[in-house]
Amino acid sequence: MGSTTEFLAEYGSLLTQGTIDTLWMLVISTAIAYVFGLVLGIILYVTAPGGLVPARIPNAILGWIVNMGRSIPFIILIVAVMPMTRALVGTTIGVRGVVPPLVLATTPFVARMVEQSLAEIPPDSIEAAVACGATVPRIVVSALLPEALPSLVRGASITLIAVLGYTAIAGAVGAGGLGDIAIRYGYYRYQDEVMLVTIVLLIALVQIIQTLGDVIAKSIDHR
Amino acid sequence: MISIQHLSKVYPNSSEHALKDINLEIATGDVFGVIGISGAGKSTLVRCINALEHPTSGKVLVDGVDVTTLKGADLRHLRQHVAMIFQGFGLLAQKTALDNVCFPFLAAKGRVSAGDRERARELLAMVGLAEKEQSYPSQLSGGQKQRVAIARALALEPDHILCDEATSALDPASTVSVLDVLQRINQETGVTIVIITHSMDVVERVCKNVAVLERGHLVEQGSVAQVFADPQATTTKALLGRVSWNG
Repeated sequence: MGSTTEFLAEYGSLLTQGTIDTLWMLVISTAIAYVFGLVLGIILYVTAPGGLVPARIPNAILGWIVNMGRSIPFIILIVAVMPMTRALVGTTIGVRGVVPPLVLATTPFVARMVEQSLAEIPPDSIEAAVACGATVPRIVVSALLPEALPSLVRGASITLIAVLGYTAIAGAVGAGGLGDIAIRYGYYRYQDEVMLVTIVLLIALVQIIQTLGDVIAKSIDHR
Repeated sequence: MISIQHLSKVYPNSSEHALKDINLEIATGDVFGVIGISGAGKSTLVRCINALEHPTSGKVLVDGVDVTTLKGADLRHLRQHVAMIFQGFGLLAQKTALDNVCFPFLAAKGRVSAGDRERARELLAMVGLAEKEQSYPSQLSGGQKQRVAIARALALEPDHILCDEATSALDPASTVSVLDVLQRINQETGVTIVIITHSMDVVERVCKNVAVLERGHLVEQGSVAQVFADPQATTTKALLGRVSWNG
């Protein structure tokens, strides 16, 4: 018991701060990535062959850009876009410094998740909306997105968990958060118990995100 | 009136005509059946009437307007007057029956007024689903889903309703309930109804006139009484069970 108290006294505030930093990075980056990713995913979906506004070449170009964004390993991406990051937020370290590369890495991921969720909608219901004489924006807002909502929520929990992994990687280059603590204390200083606790915290976060996503998706799904 | 003139359709990557030189007049207020076996082109034909499908050549005049040339707002306007119901119902699974019936108002005006909502309730009552307005499609039977789709089709008081195999996925009892609703609507509002089907029973039950399609060709048309009494084409005779398919 004594050692637990000592451990908490020494590392408690560090781990609390790390968790808060991680959650900040996670929430802000994912939220911004969804603003862009949702738009890109919708465009990918409606311009696909057989879609509402088929446009083969723009669709192919956009798909290619999205794939490119997804093919760069995140640790390389962080370093490669450092000049842009500095220009945008004035720093390349801390929570602020990692948000731009996180958004950049997450947006294409979100775009594909959104595209996939929309593709799951039965074509019958979309055709019926078209046959009602609705405009494409109306179909997107009033039919596609509400129909895909449970799937979008499930996609969001998968995205959040992927981004959680990214934030830990970002820790290696000075972003702070739980990943940073695990590397600094666990790896450089051989303090296994600190690393263990960060791992437990990360596992807990993943479980909470997944469970919450499942519960919400289930409660709003009327199928 | 719906007037189909020299309508032909060849799908890309296909050498055969899905439709070949179809000429057809469907009078306002008619209940018109288009019958044929699978692959005869009847779905393609009806989908040309609201321009979900574009013909390779020919014209489709709906109340004097050639729908094959319509684009953008004009096309959407047409579709608000030519409603459609589908074999697979096409309901939005995440919306209640009432919200599904309200969708055409959203499509036409971008909003649903209290009056629209009231009208949607009346329509649900008209198809016998007054107590189901808060139900989601997954909680309804096939026949009930199709009646919600009929109520949705009626929302904007269309002049014509196209039914693409609307009863093909239904059991006999549901089929009868859906056909009865369609017939009643035709009698009460004078709306034109075009029914695509492979079932002679459906034609016999509700249609006044009928056209028979066979591999993209129109092989017979006339009043249901006349066609049933004295079928000319082999397809018609076979559909009526008067000859066997290979006979």
